[in-house]
Amino acid sequence: MMTRILPLLLLLVFCCLSVRCLQNQSDQQHHKRAFPVISIHYEAVRTPFEVALWILLASLMKLGFHLIPRLSSVVPESCLLIAVGLLLGGLIRVIGENPPVLDSQLFFFCLLPPIILDAGYFLPIRPFTENAGTILTFAVVGTLWNSFFVGAGLYGVCRLEGGGLASVDLLSCLLFGSIVSAVDPVAVLAVFEEIHINELLHILVFGESLLNDAVTVVLYHLFEEFAHVGEVTPGDVFLGVLCFFVVALGGVMVGAVYGVLAAFTSRFTAHSRVIEPLFVFLYSYMAYLSAEVFHLSGIMALIACGVLMRPYVEANISHKSYTTIKYFLKMWSSVSETLIFIFLGVSTVAGPHVWNWTFVSITIVLCLVSRVLGVVGLTYIINKYRMVKLSGKDQFIVAYGGLRGAIAFSLVFLLSSDDFAMKNMFLTAIITVIFFTVFVQGMTIRPLVDLLAVKKKKQSKTSIIEEIHTQFMEHLLAGIEGVCGHYGHRHWREKMNRFNKRYVKRCLIGGERSQEPQLISFYNKMELKQAMMLLESNSSASLNTAGHTTTTIEQSSRRTLNISKEREEEIRKILRANLQKTRQRLRSYSRHTLMPDPAEDDWSETHLRKQRVEIQRRMSLFLTGPAHRQESPPMRRARFESDNQEHVTRPSVPLNVTPVSSVLQDSVTIDNESEKSDESRWRRHGGDEKQEGERGIRGRKPSVTFALDLDEQKRSRCLSDLGPNQLNEDDEESFLSH
Amino acid sequence: MGSTNSTLIKIPNVDELIQETGFSTAHIIRLHDRFKELDKERRGYLCPQDFGAIKGLAINPIGDRIIGAFFSPGRETVDFYTFVKILAHFRPADNSRPKESSSPEPINSRTNKLKFVFQMYDIDKDGKISRIDLLKALRSMLEMQVTEEQLDSIVDRTIQEADLDGDDAISFEEFRKSLEKVNIDHKMSIRFLR
Repeated sequence: MMTRILPLLLLLVFCCLSVRCLQNQSDQQHHKRAFPVISIHYEAVRTPFEVALWILLASLMKLGFHLIPRLSSVVPESCLLIAVGLLLGGLIRVIGENPPVLDSQLFFFCLLPPIILDAGYFLPIRPFTENAGTILTFAVVGTLWNSFFVGAGLYGVCRLEGGGLASVDLLSCLLFGSIVSAVDPVAVLAVFEEIHINELLHILVFGESLLNDAVTVVLYHLFEEFAHVGEVTPGDVFLGVLCFFVVALGGVMVGAVYGVLAAFTSRFTAHSRVIEPLFVFLYSYMAYLSAEVFHLSGIMALIACGVLMRPYVEANISHKSYTTIKYFLKMWSSVSETLIFIFLGVSTVAGPHVWNWTFVSITIVLCLVSRVLGVVGLTYIINKYRMVKLSGKDQFIVAYGGLRGAIAFSLVFLLSSDDFAMKNMFLTAIITVIFFTVFVQGMTIRPLVDLLAVKKKKQSKTSIIEEIHTQFMEHLLAGIEGVCGHYGHRHWREKMNRFNKRYVKRCLIGGERSQEPQLISFYNKMELKQAMMLLESNSSASLNTAGHTTTTIEQSSRRTLNISKEREEEIRKILRANLQKTRQRLRSYSRHTLMPDPAEDDWSETHLRKQRVEIQRRMSLFLTGPAHRQESPPMRRARFESDNQEHVTRPSVPLNVTPVSSVLQDSVTIDNESEKSDESRWRRHGGDEKQEGERGIRGRKPSVTFALDLDEQKRSRCLSDLGPNQLNEDDEESFLSH
Repeated sequence: MGSTNSTLIKIPNVDELIQETGFSTAHIIRLHDRFKELDKERRGYLCPQDFGAIKGLAINPIGDRIIGAFFSPGRETVDFYTFVKILAHFRPADNSRPKESSSPEPINSRTNKLKFVFQMYDIDKDGKISRIDLLKALRSMLEMQVTEEQLDSIVDRTIQEADLDGDDAISFEEFRKSLEKVNIDHKMSIRFLR
C-alpha cells in the first residue's frame, strides 16, 4: 500500500512545485526563462565521456573479432585493430572533424606502462636469466648495428638521390635510423602471443624488445641534442657511451629501489588486504615516472621493479589480491594494446603526410636487410658461447619477429619541427614501416612457423617431480663445478640464493613464510591449485583420482586401498581448509572490507563448532584438575571464555606441529560424523553455549557482551584473507594466537 | 708448447682417455692441473678428505653424495682416470660428431647423464629409487625446515606421479620418462668442458 502511494505523492508534490514556479513566473513579469527540466551540458563532460567512449569502442572491437571465427585465425588482432582505426579515422574525417592523433604524452604515461608492467611482472625468470647474455647482445649490439646501418644507408641514398632529399643531413638520418630500428615490445607481444612459439624464441625476441629501450633512449636523446647544437665532438661521443651505462643501470637501480620498497610494504598489509594490489601498481608506476624524470630508461625501471618485487610480494599478499593483480594487469594491458593499435590507425588518417617513394622503400629494404645481417652475424658469435645453439630456423624467426610499433611512431612525433624539417616525411616513413611489419610480417609469421615446423610451446603441466629433479641437478652441478674449480654462473646463482634466503627473505617476507623453502611453496601451490580444481568440478567421484596426473589415472584405480584413502584424506583436508578460506565471513560491515557471502552461515558455523571442540580438547589436555568440578553452565562458560581470551591474547604459543596435525585429523573425522552427534555433544555442554554461539553468528552488531564472539570475530577476520600458499599456515593460524 | 707435451707424457693412457671421454688435450691438461691442485700430498690419487676440502662441496646440500659418486663401490681412492671419466658425464653433447652405430654410446649422452643422476638418488643401490631414497634426498635438500608430514606428502605425490607399474618405487625407465620434457643436456652440462 505504502509503496504505491509514495510515487503518487511525489508526483503530486512535483506538479505543485512546477505550477507554483509557473505562477511565480507569470506573477513576476520578468524576462526570466523557465526552469529547464532537461538540458544538455556536453562540454562539461566532454573529455571523460570521449575517453570512456574510446575505451568502450576498443573493447567492443575486441569482442567482435572473436565472433568472426575465420578472420581471427588468419589475421592477427593487431592488424584488425589498425584497420578499424583506419576506418574510424576515415569516418571522423568524413564527418568533418579532425581525427585525434596519438598524443605522445598520453602514450608514454598512460598507455605504455600497463603493458610493460604486465610483461615485467609475469616475466619467466628462469629462461630470461639463462639467455640473458644472448638477449643483451641482441638488444644492445643488434640495435646499435641496426641504427647505424639504416642511418648511414639512408644518408647515402639521400646524397645520391638529391632533389627533395638533399636537405636531410647525417644526424637526422642517424636519428631516424635509431628510432626505426628498435623492436617494439607491444607489437611483438601482440603477434607472438597468438602463435605460441617455444619459450626460448619467445623470450629472446621479447627480451630484446624490452631491453633495447635503453639503447633507443640514449641514441634518441643523443642525436636530438646533437641536432639541436649542430656539431659533434669526440668528447660528446664518449659522453654518449657513458650515458648509455647511466641510463641502463640507473633505470634498473630506480626500479630495484621501488621494488624493494613495495616488497617491504607488502609485509605489513595483513590488516588491509583490500588495498594490496594498489601498492603493487603505484610503486611500479612511480618507478616508471621517477626514471622518466631523469631521462633514464623507464621501461627498464618498470621491468626491474616488477621482477624484483614479485617473489616477496606474492609470499606476503593474500590469494585474492594475487588474483586481483593478475587480472587487473591483464585487463589494463589488453585495453592499452587495443587502444594503441586503434590510435595508430586513426593517426595515419590524421597526420600530415609527405610521401616520398624512394625514402620509404629504401627504409623498408634497409630495415629488413640490417635486421637479417645483424641477427645472423651476432648469432654466429653468440653460438660459440651458448650451450644450446641457435639453429637457422631460430635465427630466421628472431629476424622475422623484429616488429616495429607505436613506440617508434610516438618518438618521431615528439621531434620538434624546427630542428627536423623533414619530420612529416619521417612520420610517413615510420608509419609505412610499422604497417609493413605488422601486416606483412605479422600475418605471415604464423604460416611460416607452421611451415618451418618450429617447436611450439609445450603445454606441460608443472609436476613436482620436475621441480625436485631440477633443484637436485642444480645442486649437483654446482658441486661438480666446485670440484672442477670452475666458477660458472651456477656458483653465483647458488651464492645469490643463499644470500637471498639468509638476509633478504627475512626482511621482506613477514611472518613464518620467510623460512619456507622454495620446494615447499611450490608443492603447496600445486596442491592448492588442485584443490581449487576439485572445488570447481565439484564431483565426489573425482576425489579418488585427485592426486594423480592424467597418465596415471588408469593405474590409480588399480592401486591398493590404503594409498587412495590416504590421498582422499589429504584431499579432504585440503578441501576443507580451502572451503573455509574461500567462504570466510566478517562480522562488521564497512565499506573498506569485503562483503561476505550470504551463503556462508553454515560453513562458518561448522568452523566455529570445530574450533570450539578443538579448544575444549586442548583445554582437557591442559586441565589437571580433578573431575569433581561441578561447574554450572554459566561458570563454565566464563571459564571457557577466560581461557579462550587468554588463549588469544597470549603471544604465539610454541605448540608442536604434530599435535596440531593430529588435532586436525580429529577435526576431519569430526566433520565426517553426522551433525546429530555434534548436536548431542553440544547439548551436553549446555545449550546456552550453543545459543550464545548462534546469537553471535547471526547478530550483526558487535556483541561486546560475549567475549567468545569477539575472539571468534578476531580469529575469523584474521583468517579471512590468507596468503596464497597457506595450507600449513592456515592450520597453524587456527590454533595459534596472533 | 713444450710444457704441454711433457704434461701429456706424464699422464698415463692419455690417448685412451681422449678417445673414451671426448675431451680435447687442452681439457685433459686443465683437469690434470686441477687434480694436482686437489691432491695436496702428491700421492697420485684422491681420497674423500681431499674432496671435503673443497669449500663449494662443504656447503652443498648433497655434497656428500657428490663425493660418493666419484668413488666406485669398495674403493677408497680416485685416480686421474676415474676422475676424468666421471667428469666426462658433464660435457655438453656435441651434435657435430657423426653417429656411428657400432661405437658404444658416449659418456655424455643423455642416457648416461640420467643414469648418473639416478645413481646419485639411489643410495642403497637396488636399482630403484624407493621412498626411503627419496625421503633422504629431499631431507638433505630441504635442510630440516620442513615437517615429517610435509615430506611424506611430497614423497607420496612424487612417487604417485612417476610410478607407472605400481611398485611404489621409481625405476630407471620411469625416471627417464618423468624427465622427458626437461632439457637434460642443458641442465647437466658445464660449459667449459666442451
